Amino acid sequence: MTLTDTLRTAVFALRGNWLRSALTSLGVIIGIAAVIIMVSVGQGTQAEINKMVSGLGSNRLDISSGAGNQGGIRTGAGSQWTLTDDDAAAIRAQIPEVQYIAAGIRGGSQLVYAENNWSTSWQGVQPDFFDINSWKLAQGDGLQAQDYSGASKSVVIGETVRLNLFGEEDALGQSIRIGKVPFKVVGVLAPKGQGGFGQDQDDIVMVPLETARRRLSGSTSRPPGAVQQIAIGVTRAEDLAYVQEEVEVLMRERHRIAPGAEDDFSVRNIAEIVATRTATTRIMSLLLGAVAGISLIVGGIGIMNIMLVSVTERIREIGLRMAVGAGPGDIQRQFLTEAMLISFGGGAIGTAIGVMGSLTVSKFSELPVQLDWQVVALAVVCSVSTGLFFGFYPARKASQLDPIEALRHQG
Amino acid sequence: MSTHYVIETKALSKIYHPGTQAEVVALDKVDLKIAAGEFIAITGASGSGKSTLMNLIGCLDKPSSGTYLCDGIDVSTLDREALAKLRLEKLGFVFQGFNLLSRMDALHNVMMPLAYANQPISVRESLAREALEAVGLKDRGTHFPGELSGGQQQRVAIARALINKPPIILADEPTGALDSRTGEEILVLFQRLKQEGHTIILITHDQQVADRADRICVMRDGKLFESGVPA
Repeated sequence: MTLTDTLRTAVFALRGNWLRSALTSLGVIIGIAAVIIMVSVGQGTQAEINKMVSGLGSNRLDISSGAGNQGGIRTGAGSQWTLTDDDAAAIRAQIPEVQYIAAGIRGGSQLVYAENNWSTSWQGVQPDFFDINSWKLAQGDGLQAQDYSGASKSVVIGETVRLNLFGEEDALGQSIRIGKVPFKVVGVLAPKGQGGFGQDQDDIVMVPLETARRRLSGSTSRPPGAVQQIAIGVTRAEDLAYVQEEVEVLMRERHRIAPGAEDDFSVRNIAEIVATRTATTRIMSLLLGAVAGISLIVGGIGIMNIMLVSVTERIREIGLRMAVGAGPGDIQRQFLTEAMLISFGGGAIGTAIGVMGSLTVSKFSELPVQLDWQVVALAVVCSVSTGLFFGFYPARKASQLDPIEALRHQG
Repeated sequence: MSTHYVIETKALSKIYHPGTQAEVVALDKVDLKIAAGEFIAITGASGSGKSTLMNLIGCLDKPSSGTYLCDGIDVSTLDREALAKLRLEKLGFVFQGFNLLSRMDALHNVMMPLAYANQPISVRESLAREALEAVGLKDRGTHFPGELSGGQQQRVAIARALINKPPIILADEPTGALDSRTGEEILVLFQRLKQEGHTIILITHDQQVADRADRICVMRDGKLFESGVPA
């Protein structure tokens, strides 16, 4: 029997019991529609989370100089000053996946402007620092190339600092003192608000690395070019682990650390945040997968049930078709096609409802919705496979009927 | 020129539940030859084995032993798919209960077997119209079985049996569900089909019906006896 005839016969059979066919496909309709709406909302939410997380700088690694050990007393990370500018330059030169890199030192000082003063922390930074940390300028042009190369006394201040020192006044172009050194304000950062641990991210000022080294950092006994930390921005979050490994290898090489010896530096990625993101994604996918799976199983069982009833009801028809020359394969294909038509029809209607539902949700609610056509395609494929899977047993049963018994069947 | 036999059985036997206490020898070494163009009746009381013989001849069942050549093809070697193909090409069935599909009109009932022969739909329709015309139901194509009398329904079923132009028509109690007058019409139709060259095998328990055939065989306890040309 040709495919067209099989389809025609299946459509004919389903039309004969159209209410039953429609009710049977209802399970698949509801399942597929629910899946599409939930996946759309889920993906929209996920996209928002991703945006938020990448705002925190999730694609980054931080290298700190190692924890010291002076006569058995371990000092904190960064106390040893084992990192240098040259390490940063070498990483940039040798690891292409690194998009941004900035070496830096940090400290705290009292800031003074006119009669106002404020205690805050400063960072001596290199140009990429702002990109790595997603800092944007609200006012001014920020630090320029010549500020870095000339170790100029320019400063970019955070919103909290600006509020406390300047209040209503215009900060840009004003002169402030950091400790005893006068600096010119060349930029105000756009506020970021609270950080992941509740700290005020805007309570900070940034100056060129070289300036910080010469003017703010107290000690003179450090090796030339020493820094406390190197921040790395990686192009793609997936490369983080790989880049971390590469950085570690390169740093051990540069620092001539013998195999087995302890590193004099440590590399940290924002592991908690990335892990949280991964876990969120996974839980979300699992939940949605479970919903999809359960609804399709329930729908599929409904189809199987009805197909079994249908086979029993039509035993004589099956016997007759066999007698006039239908082979087991013909019978099996016919019932399989019926099951697949039910589930495909349900899938198509469910998809339509799901897409409309998603659009309605995005229009009338605050929930972020992201409709992905791959999900729609997947839903349709799933619905057809459901029919195929759950229709197989009834179809097989029909095809294995003994034509003599089937013809003799009463009822 | 030797006679062409459409049916040729040698020591054909069918044993149900062999080797158990419920063993039944339904068919016991039947030798039967039916030439092309014959109109033969097989009679017998119920339980005599005539249904078993019909199922075997109709390629709906396989023998326990012996051979059966259906239009020259040895059936014992065939699987279910191949048997179905053989039924499609060689056999037309007419049943006591007509076995029409009530949701299809007469024309579509007649066309149905051709779908399994992969005939294009236009060919099917014209062949079905021809077949309906041959059984005298030219104007009844769009009628559903429920709208037709018993005799008309059986003629639709005969048209369906004829549509593949099979060498063998196998009719199982075709008049059993009809009153005697309508049954007579059907028998006349069979005689006419015989004149046109069809081979007709009629299974019946009714001696009067069997008498209309050219040749009568009687089944008794699984054995086949030739009773020759009816008196």
